[in-house]
Amino acid sequence: MASYSTNEFRSGLKIMLDSDPYAIVDNEFVKPGKGQAFNRVKVRNLKTGRVIEKTFKSGDTVEAADVFEQQMQYLYSDGQFWHFMDPGTFEQLAADENAVGDGAKWLKEGDVCVIRLWNGAPLSVDPPNFVELRIVETDPGVRGDTSGGGTKPATLETGAVVKVPLFVNGDEVVKVDTRTGEYVSRVK
Amino acid sequence: MQPAPVQEWRPTCTAAHRRLRAEVNRAIREFFFKRGVLEVETPLVSRCGNPDPAIESLRLAGGGYLRTSPEFAHKRLLAAGAGPIYELGRVFRAGESGAEHNPEFTLLEWYRPGFDPHALMAEVADLVRSLYPPEAAPEVVSTRYADAIESACGIDPLAAADSELEACARRIANLDGPLDRRRSLDLLLALGAAPDFPAGQITQIYDFPACQAALARISEADPRVAHRFEVFVGPVELANGYDELCDAGELEARFVDENRRRRAAGQEQVAPDARLLGATRAGIGPCAGVALGVDRLLMVLAGVSEITAVIEFPWERA
Repeated sequence: MASYSTNEFRSGLKIMLDSDPYAIVDNEFVKPGKGQAFNRVKVRNLKTGRVIEKTFKSGDTVEAADVFEQQMQYLYSDGQFWHFMDPGTFEQLAADENAVGDGAKWLKEGDVCVIRLWNGAPLSVDPPNFVELRIVETDPGVRGDTSGGGTKPATLETGAVVKVPLFVNGDEVVKVDTRTGEYVSRVK
Repeated sequence: MQPAPVQEWRPTCTAAHRRLRAEVNRAIREFFFKRGVLEVETPLVSRCGNPDPAIESLRLAGGGYLRTSPEFAHKRLLAAGAGPIYELGRVFRAGESGAEHNPEFTLLEWYRPGFDPHALMAEVADLVRSLYPPEAAPEVVSTRYADAIESACGIDPLAAADSELEACARRIANLDGPLDRRRSLDLLLALGAAPDFPAGQITQIYDFPACQAALARISEADPRVAHRFEVFVGPVELANGYDELCDAGELEARFVDENRRRRAAGQEQVAPDARLLGATRAGIGPCAGVALGVDRLLMVLAGVSEITAVIEFPWERA
């Protein structure tokens, strides 16, 4: 099994800790002038998303996690699994609820997502940063109010609910930032 | 994608930080000139290395080492009767790279015959404070090592058993694998206490545990502690000082112990510096000495968190 020494640590590196895959978020070299060297790292658990701090003695080695990222097109959901396809090889795979998580509400058929695979199995799914989705339900638009700060909830075709400006109408397509869940603009 | 080396010709230091370094160098020389401390120059390359297991020397292909500090040369000068001396120069420590570390860095080291550690700590604070505008000069707070650890980590570092210190350090650091007493203490100070030293304050920590004496004298009044101190500005470790160990037999015993620890950790043996032992036998005389990281000082003065911001060409692009 591949392993990394602490002097190879850098952000983005995927390592195994307590049988879970983690990504290094931040790596800090800590060494008192007259003391031993340590690496203080922030790591994100790739299954839960939780970030923890951990310390290694400099020179220690850690097992590498077999994690890589792949762009795949979202096909459909059968209610239990979300199905994706590699647009190059047409190879398909199914991600479960744990892997898709909250991102499910942004998934629209045909959109290209980033799938993180651990030992070949889907670990997490990042929807595109921006998606364009049709509004299926919202209060009628308020004509002329194009600048005011007021917002109202709107339900999108995927089921997600976002706050949109008052002037936006049902059946319009809006652009949303999936990282924040915020409305960006109307799409003509 | 890493940029090609040809595009890395630029310094990483800004014009403002370049000027700051020049001004600080000048102020340091002025400070010591006024106090009658003589500037000296000693070799960057030495025949003998530093046996301290926590410090690795860079070895030259043709024999000899790049110095890790001018300490041994300065002690030979003290034995020769040079009086109060300082040196502002480059030192090298293999493998020390990070936000606050560059393997080549500038050290200000000075020795004060007849000073006790508290007089020298006061002088370190005077020097650091003199580099600030008077109204912005940081407050100085002195704390015993044991008190600093007790208040931050809730454990008495002098009385606690190895296993208790280990458990406490492991919890604070979230670390797997065994820790010896020294490593546990390193973690308690570096991760338990130092991060909470107030910004804009000079924190002086003194009376280190005897097992961390390095080359400081063990206290006669309380043999659990050594006359060693460190100076922090905010959470940043700036300087390390001793009431110098002047007993040749004891010095030789420390070197033997350091090499024993090196062997246990699978590190190379480093022959003790016979010329230093010769000088110590001839008599260094009671004195206190301190080494201050000038790049760290510049970081603190400039308010930056990366050492590369105050170094022209850091290790990776030197």
